[in-house]
Amino acid sequence: MFNILTKRELAPSIFEMRVHAPRVAASAQPGQFLIVRTDEEGERIPLTICDFNREEGWVTIVTQIVGYSSGRICAMEPGDAFADLTGPLGRPSDILEMSDEELRIHKFLFVAGGVGTAPVYPQVKWLHEHGVEADVIIGAKTKGLFTYVDEMKQVGRVHLCTDDGSEGFHGMVTGLIEQLIEKEGREFDRCVVIGPMIMMKFASLTTKKYNLPTVVSLNALMVDGTGMCGACRVTVDGQTRFTCVDGPEFDGHLVDYDEAMRRQNMYRGNPKTDITKHQNCKCHG
Amino acid sequence: MAERIPRVKPREQDPAVRAGNFEEVSLGYTEEMALREASRCLNCKNPRCMEGCPVHIHIPEFIARLREGDISGAAEVIGRDSSLPSVCGRVCPQEHQCEGKCVLGIKGEPVAIGLLERFVGDEQIKRAAQKHEAAADLTAGPGRGRKVAVVGSGPSGLACASDLARLGYKVKIFEALHKVGGVLVYGIPEFRLPKDAVVAREIEAVKRLGVEIETDVVVGRTVTVDDLLDKEGYEAVFIGSGAGLPRFMGIPGENANGVFSANEFLTRVNLMRANDPCHDTPLYEAKRVVVVGGGNVAMDAVRTAKRTGAEAWIVYRRSEAELPARAEEVHHARQEGITFRMLTNPVEIIADEKGTVKAIDCVEMELGEPDESGRRRPVEKPGSRFRIECDEVIMALGTSPNPLIKHTTPGLATDRRGCITADEEGRTSRPEVFAGGDAVTGAATVILAMGAGRKAAASIHEYLQAKK
Repeated sequence: MFNILTKRELAPSIFEMRVHAPRVAASAQPGQFLIVRTDEEGERIPLTICDFNREEGWVTIVTQIVGYSSGRICAMEPGDAFADLTGPLGRPSDILEMSDEELRIHKFLFVAGGVGTAPVYPQVKWLHEHGVEADVIIGAKTKGLFTYVDEMKQVGRVHLCTDDGSEGFHGMVTGLIEQLIEKEGREFDRCVVIGPMIMMKFASLTTKKYNLPTVVSLNALMVDGTGMCGACRVTVDGQTRFTCVDGPEFDGHLVDYDEAMRRQNMYRGNPKTDITKHQNCKCHG
Repeated sequence: MAERIPRVKPREQDPAVRAGNFEEVSLGYTEEMALREASRCLNCKNPRCMEGCPVHIHIPEFIARLREGDISGAAEVIGRDSSLPSVCGRVCPQEHQCEGKCVLGIKGEPVAIGLLERFVGDEQIKRAAQKHEAAADLTAGPGRGRKVAVVGSGPSGLACASDLARLGYKVKIFEALHKVGGVLVYGIPEFRLPKDAVVAREIEAVKRLGVEIETDVVVGRTVTVDDLLDKEGYEAVFIGSGAGLPRFMGIPGENANGVFSANEFLTRVNLMRANDPCHDTPLYEAKRVVVVGGGNVAMDAVRTAKRTGAEAWIVYRRSEAELPARAEEVHHARQEGITFRMLTNPVEIIADEKGTVKAIDCVEMELGEPDESGRRRPVEKPGSRFRIECDEVIMALGTSPNPLIKHTTPGLATDRRGCITADEEGRTSRPEVFAGGDAVTGAATVILAMGAGRKAAASIHEYLQAKK
């Protein structure tokens, strides 16, 4: 069993949990994910590892309520325990393969949106610990929906934007990328985008204009997360890849986002993924 | 005289009823039936059945004990060579192994060795359950409690762990999934191999030998083989990680919504119980399912699809005679109303405007000259392309080993298919690392994996005794 140590609501329907999982904490690297299962009836749900502490043996996950199973995860409280938590899964971010000299040469731009902000954090933090200050764009619909801004400010140069202009740049992340590069004359040679699939698609189209190499982290549907099922297959540069073992990070300019979005919605309308079932379920009793 | 008694037919659920439930199809023998069937064995001086058995169970000897009514004695005889009689009695392809060699089969029907093995195994499980034995402490044996790690809790890992525990080693199995049993729990369906009544009980028997099992550990990610050796104090590691990676055909449309690997479909139902409304994992809803392939996994997938309420088809590029599945599974599938389209090869999956499967386009095949497998090569008939309307396609084309351990274990040799290179005794290119089962051979059978696990256990014992 994997005990939940702390829980906080980062924004409406978005929760952060710190979970005791010493084995996963001991091996976790930025860019990797884990799989949790609430209990005997639960689904295996992949979530990006947002932070970890090897000495204290915990990992942090951030979950947004989007359907029944994410709702069940978010209904758990400190003192409760996940029946299963396994990982770290997927390949670590490729920034980890760079030497300190290489890291210093590069100019990194991170682009985060929605529940994707927390997964960006361990990478920016890792760079900070290696003496590199990255620029981080965080986008939200409105200012009340920002997450992980304070944490991110500790480790990187943060630029905020909101769709409604309530805080920071008025517009979407794509507009802010253009603003930084064209108006402010900033130069970047590596971009990492994590967020909703539609945001990753358009952010990648924008960076393509500038020939800015871009990595995205895909959140495909999975069952086992170890390469056994192929639920997470995605087309990258015309080739079928498995997100769980070949990813989760891929070249953002080569991903077939329309297929990825369609596959992500494979169970839309299935009674089991219905959020209303979540509201009537026993864990909300 | 003896051969005049006809082979005793096992009790079976009615096909019309069982096509709508997940309960076991074959109900096996009663004691009276088992004794009657046992009396058919000629107890040959030169038992060819034993040659046909990959682990050389002393078949005439166990049947002789059974005939005397000595069920424990029969179990003991089987137990010398097999750790999973209830499982193997159910899933072995006996017609190509022991029963295929039985002399009674030359003129009539062979002794039902599989059903007898199953009967003995099940009786033994019942007795063990009544005794509530505590976990044994066998560490006084030659293994002296020295630590051995086993990667994977499928047939090869369980067999290897049992043998090592009996020798007095302290064995821990690391399982990647949340449930113990490997392919026995995620792959083979309930109606062929009951999970609680058989698999869980056989695993309990392994635990009673003092074997520990830790789930949720993905060796290669959570820990590496070298972590186990260097940091966790294991003196040897057995890799029985199976062949879990599904193959696809590489035809257009294969990533449409509604196309699954058999591994995914079966894992959703068997492991995650997606067909049960009380479990959260969803199951794709379909009215007509086409399963591509002709092996046991294809039969498992198509019969599972049928049980979830769909019309279910098999599409296979060779003819009935080449079907690699066990004869019993094909027979059962036909009884349950599965449609078979032989000599049919898919060329494209057709999706609607939303990207969801609506049909599969196939071509008709005919058999040409034999290929390297010795089977006649299927050749496309020109101009034969046609369409099968369906809303789900399941690819059951075989699996290959997961590269995770290969990539994270320096110095571990593998072949071009990604299989770990190991000799007949389970020794790999690294002296302290052993391997067996599908991880070495590619997808094969439960009994071969179990046999490989046992051979590796003997090699590990030999290695550690020499090392001191």
